[in-house]
Amino acid sequence: MKMITAIIKPFRLEDVRNALAELGVSGMTVTEVKGFGRQKGHTELYRGAEYTVDFQPKVKIEVAVGIDLLDQVIESITESARTGKVGDGKIFVQNIETVVRIRTGEMDADAL
Amino acid sequence: MRFNTMKLLFGTLLLIGLPQLGFADEINAADTAWIMTSTALVLFMTLPGLALFYGGLVRSRNVLSVLMQCFVISGIATLVWLICGYSLAFTDGGSSNDIIGGLSKVLFAGVMEDSVSGTIPESSFALFQMTFAIITPALVIGGFAERIKFSVVVWFTVLWLLLVYIPVTHWVWGGGWLGQMGLLDFAGGTVVHITAGVAALVAAMVIGPRTGFSKVPMPPHNMTLTVTGAGMLWVGWFGFNGGSALASNGDAAMAMLVTHISAATAAMTWLVAEKIRFGKPTALGVVTGMVAGLGTITPASGYVGPAGALVIGVLAGFVCFNATMFLKGKLKIDDSLDVFPVHGVGGILGTLLAAVFAAPTIGIFSGQGFADGINSIGEQFSVQVIGVLATIAYTAVVTYVLFKVISVICGGLRVTEDEEAEGLDIISHEERGYDL
Repeated sequence: MKMITAIIKPFRLEDVRNALAELGVSGMTVTEVKGFGRQKGHTELYRGAEYTVDFQPKVKIEVAVGIDLLDQVIESITESARTGKVGDGKIFVQNIETVVRIRTGEMDADAL
Repeated sequence: MRFNTMKLLFGTLLLIGLPQLGFADEINAADTAWIMTSTALVLFMTLPGLALFYGGLVRSRNVLSVLMQCFVISGIATLVWLICGYSLAFTDGGSSNDIIGGLSKVLFAGVMEDSVSGTIPESSFALFQMTFAIITPALVIGGFAERIKFSVVVWFTVLWLLLVYIPVTHWVWGGGWLGQMGLLDFAGGTVVHITAGVAALVAAMVIGPRTGFSKVPMPPHNMTLTVTGAGMLWVGWFGFNGGSALASNGDAAMAMLVTHISAATAAMTWLVAEKIRFGKPTALGVVTGMVAGLGTITPASGYVGPAGALVIGVLAGFVCFNATMFLKGKLKIDDSLDVFPVHGVGGILGTLLAAVFAAPTIGIFSGQGFADGINSIGEQFSVQVIGVLATIAYTAVVTYVLFKVISVICGGLRVTEDEEAEGLDIISHEERGYDL
């Protein structure tokens, strides 16, 4: 089992969600986050006072999947989140040791 | 035959001339209705217009402190006005009438249901003027926002109204020396905007800048509140300037028209200046230009015509824009919400320009004429200069001394650096503006 964490542009979220739903991914966690990578920040101007804002708003998606779906999910997120411009984000993959469904106590693959 | 002629004459007068037949001390229903409406509009400028306008401009940890100060000032100013403010501003002060009014209307003594001021009930006149006494100290809080002790705001409101706002009101509108000289100030260029702007500047200098000023970013936390409040100010200003005619007539209508023209023109001028200087037109720019246009036309609003208002609007946008950049960028004075460059500079500019565009002899740019007994732009202009300089000097000196005195009373004017970092909402009021 793998935990896929994707940092994407906020306005791509709907497309990514739809693409993953088509693959049969049955759940995800979404968080609004801020950060910077190669895109860097932007400037804001208030009555002539210029401020550099270092952190861009992004959306973080977390999806837990079995090994069988891993490659398809990565490919699907990459395609649906891509605009081709700097700032499209990154995907991180980590191992999951255990999964428990709280309601039933089911474990691991049954709980996904 | 004679009887019939009389009857016809009387009937005709009754039909077409009755309003004009009314004596000066008779209540006119149309005038009264308009001033009552204007009173509500001017209070609406402070609550919630100015409160939201300022509230959005501070950081989120101080938003409630600003809203709170606007409400508390509304309460305190009302009490000061009731107890002695109205009397000192608008009654005859006898031998000292040039400087200050008398105490004959303390606690609104003698203001009854049938008391008349001009063509409206005196209660309506006193209440309309009260809303001006409310907004003026509320404008000042932009100078010391985000670091002031709450107790200082309370003391400041009481003492500053008594020692600055009320005397200057008497000088200009209550029969005092500036009014006698023929100063043109229709709705408060000197009384409201110069006093508020200069007081905010002096306060900012005495109190010192916010911790981290010009080193750490201090962007507005909610521009949507600011733009919402600004819209309310624009609407409310129709009552502020239109109501200052104290009648429902051509003066009031023209005041509203020129007010609107100046606001729109200054807003667009500010945007153009911003686009040229910084490359982007901003929402804060358009609303700041609008306020500058409104503040600048205020003293001139009952005296100038539409084309004059256009020129006043362009100059308001251009001059106040550059004043704002200069004060914070070059002089590094933390008049936090730019009260002086917008209201102070606008008030000065408008008071001076009133002398020019009141002139009845400048073609399409003509206005309604000078003060009684004044016959030239030069003559009127020198009166306006005296009014501006006197108001600036008096306000600056008294406000400076006041803050020094209040500092002793309250044990300092500002919260500690740690408290400033925590935010005034928690420190002063144990509340939060947002629980998200």
